[in-house]
Amino acid sequence: MQRDSVLVETLQYRNDFMAFFETLTKLKSGLAKTRDSIVSKVRRLAATKSLIDDDLLDQLEEILIAGDVGVETTDIILTNLKRRVKENKYESTDQLITLFKKEVEAILHVSESEEPSLAFLPPDCKPYVIMVVGVNGVGKTTTIGKMAYQYKQAGHKVVIGAADTFRAAANEQLEIWAKRAGVDIVQQSHGSDPAAVAFDALSSAISRQSDVVIIDTAGRLHTKTNLMEELKKIKRVMDKRLPGAPHEVLLVLDASTGQNGLQQVKYFTAAVDVTGIVLTKLDGTAKGGIILAVSNEVKLPVKFIGVGESIDDLQLFDRRAFVDALFEGAEIGGN
Amino acid sequence: MFESLTQKLETAFKKLRGQGKITPQNVEDSLREVRRALLDADVNYKVAKQFIEDVQKRAIGQEVLSSFTPGQLIIKIINDEMVKLLGESKMDIASAQTPPTVILVAGLQGSGKTTFSAKLANHLKSKGRFPLLAAADVHRPAAIDQLEVLGKQIEVPVYAERGTGAVKIAKESVNFARKNVRDTVIIDTAGRLHVDEEMMKEVEAVRDAVKPDEILFVVDAMTGQDAVNAARAFYERLNFDGVVLTKLDGDSRGGAALSIRAVVKKPIKFIGIGEKLDALEQFFPDRIASRILGMGDIVTLVEKAQEHFDEEKAVKMEEKLRKSQFTFEDFLDQLREVKKMGPISQVMGMIPGMNKLPANAEIDERGLVRVEAIIQSMTAEERSRPGIINGTRRRRIALGSGTTVQDVNRLLKQFEEMQKMMKKLKKGNMRRMMQGMNFPAN
Repeated sequence: MQRDSVLVETLQYRNDFMAFFETLTKLKSGLAKTRDSIVSKVRRLAATKSLIDDDLLDQLEEILIAGDVGVETTDIILTNLKRRVKENKYESTDQLITLFKKEVEAILHVSESEEPSLAFLPPDCKPYVIMVVGVNGVGKTTTIGKMAYQYKQAGHKVVIGAADTFRAAANEQLEIWAKRAGVDIVQQSHGSDPAAVAFDALSSAISRQSDVVIIDTAGRLHTKTNLMEELKKIKRVMDKRLPGAPHEVLLVLDASTGQNGLQQVKYFTAAVDVTGIVLTKLDGTAKGGIILAVSNEVKLPVKFIGVGESIDDLQLFDRRAFVDALFEGAEIGGN
Repeated sequence: MFESLTQKLETAFKKLRGQGKITPQNVEDSLREVRRALLDADVNYKVAKQFIEDVQKRAIGQEVLSSFTPGQLIIKIINDEMVKLLGESKMDIASAQTPPTVILVAGLQGSGKTTFSAKLANHLKSKGRFPLLAAADVHRPAAIDQLEVLGKQIEVPVYAERGTGAVKIAKESVNFARKNVRDTVIIDTAGRLHVDEEMMKEVEAVRDAVKPDEILFVVDAMTGQDAVNAARAFYERLNFDGVVLTKLDGDSRGGAALSIRAVVKKPIKFIGIGEKLDALEQFFPDRIASRILGMGDIVTLVEKAQEHFDEEKAVKMEEKLRKSQFTFEDFLDQLREVKKMGPISQVMGMIPGMNKLPANAEIDERGLVRVEAIIQSMTAEERSRPGIINGTRRRRIALGSGTTVQDVNRLLKQFEEMQKMMKKLKKGNMRRMMQGMNFPAN
C-alpha cells in the first residue's frame, strides 16, 4: 500500500511537471472537462490490482477501443505489450502502464519524422503552398483561419485561397477568418472553378511576394470519385503555376471520427498525396485515437491539433501530450 | 473490400459441422468475430458487449435448421436483434396543435445541421407545408449567410437577424412565422461540444424560449466511440425526440446509429445521403444493420428474393435460372433489389462476380445506373429474348440510354456469359454459382 501511494505521488508530480513544461495548458484545460485524470485512475487501480492479469489487459483493450484506436491497432499494441511483459517478467501494474504508454507512443513515433515549426519554412519554396483537404464538417475553414493567424504571428506574409466554391457562404466564412487573422484572401464568386481560384491565389501570392499560401477546398466525402478528381485537378493546376506546389497537403480529421478515418486517409492520400494530418475538435471528449490506427497503416505525421474555437486554439502536435490525453478519463483498474 | 463476416463465421463454425445445436462452446469463436465487426463499424464497445450477450442468450439452444449453416443462423439472429434494437422506421415530425410547429435542430460542430435544416424545410415544403428557417447560429462565421443561401435555393424564407443572440432570433422567428402564416419553424442552432457548458446553456435557453414541438439531434455517421457521450449529454440537456444521421453517402459503417439508439432509445428519423438538398431519406433499420455488420451478403440475393417474393415466386425464379430463362427483366429486378439494400460498396459482395474485383477497386455507382438505363431502353421482347438484339437495335438502345454501342455490347456479352453459367446451375445451389458470374463494374 505504501508503495502504491508513493507511485501515485510520483505520477502526480510527473504529471504536474509535464503540464507545466510542455505548455499543455490548452489541451489540458480542454480535457479537464473529461472528469477524471489518469492519476485518480491509477489510484483506483493501485487499490484494486497490483498484478498483471488478463482482466487488466482487457481493460487496457477497452481504453484503446473506446478511444477509437480500432481493433487491429489495439491488437498490435496489446500483443507487443504481452510479449514484452513475458520477456522481461514485468509484473506490477505501474510498470505495465508505463510500458503500455510506450507502446502507444511507439506507434505514433514511427510517423514522427521531424519537429514541425512555423517560424522556419522549408527553403526553395517561396511561397510555401499548403493545400487543405478533408470530408465535410471536419473544420477545414476554421483550421485555415487559425493556421493563417499563426503563420502571420510567426512573421510570414500569408495569402488564403478560397477554393471552396461549392458550399453556401464558404467564402464569407473564410473572409471573416482572414480578417481576424489579418491576412489577404483571394476569392471568386460561388460556383466558380476551384482550380482557377487556386491558380489565382498562387499568382497573387507570387506577385505580392508572400511567404505562405493556404488553399481551402470544399469538403467532400472520399468516396465521391468525381469530387476526388476535382481535387487532383486543383493540385495539378497549382503545380503548373508554381512547380512543386503544393508543398504540403494537409488532411483535416475530426477527432470524433471513428474507423472511417482510416478510409479517409487512404483515399485522400491516393488522390492528392497527403503529407500531414490536422486533428481537430480535441477539446471535446473524443480522444482522437483514430490517429493511432492511421499512424499504424500510413506513415503520416500529425502536424497540428485543434483544441477550441478561438483563433489561437491550434497547436503543433505534441506526441506525448496526446498519448497522455488519450488515457485521461479512462477507466483503468476500476472494478 | 473487407472479408465478409459470413466467411469468417463459416470458418469459425467449420469444426462443428454436423452439430445440430448452438452451444455456449461453439458459439464463442463466432461471437468474437461479430464483436470485431461491430467495433470496426464504430459501435460503442459497451453497446457491442451488451449486444453480443443478448445475441448469445438467444442463440444458445437454437436448433440449426437444415437449410442454414450455424454461421448463417447466428448472422440471422444478429441481424434480427440489430433491426429490433434500431427500432421502427419513422419519419414523422410532431406538429403543434396551434401552428407554428417549432423544430429545434442541435448537434456538434460539423455534423451537418445547417444542411439538414434546409433539407428538412425542403422535405416539408414538398409535403405541402409552409416552413420557415430560423438562423440561430450566431457563433460560426457566415453561418447565417449559409442558411440564407440555402433558403433561397429551396425557396423557403429564412428569418435572420445579425448582431443579436440565439434566444432572441429563435423567439422572433416564431413570432414572424405566426404573422406570416408559416406553419413550421426550423431553428438551426450553432454546433457545440457537449462539454461546453456555456454553449449547452445557450441551447437550453433557446429551447426554454420557444418550447419546440420536436427537437432533433444531428450526428455525423462517421462518428466513432464518442458518439454515445455526445448523444447522452445532448439528451440529458435537451431530451431530444429524434436523431438525424448525416453523411451516410460515404463508406462509414454507421455503428454510431446503433450506439446512440441503445443509449438514448430515441428513433433515428432521417438520414442524409448527399449534398443536394433533396438528399434526405427515411431511415431503414435493416439497411443500417447489414451495413454495420459490413456484409451485403448476410441476406444474400437469394434470401433477399425469398423475403420479398413469396415462396412460390422464389421457386419459379430458381426454375427460371435452371432452365436459363433468366431474362433482362429478372436481371433488372435483381439490380433494383440490390440497390435497395444500401450503398453499392457494401452490397458489392453479393452481386454476381463482384467479389472477384480486386480489393479497393473503385466502384462507380454510375456504372449500375448505366446498366439500368440500357435495360430500360430495351423493348419487352428484347428483354426476354436478347438474341434478337441486332446491330440496329443496339444502336437504338445505345441512343435511348445515352450510352454507346460498345456499352450495350458489353452488357449483352456479360449477360450471355451469365446465362451460360446458369445452365450449369444445380438446384438449390444458386448462390455459389452466382459468385462465379460476370458483372459489369462500369
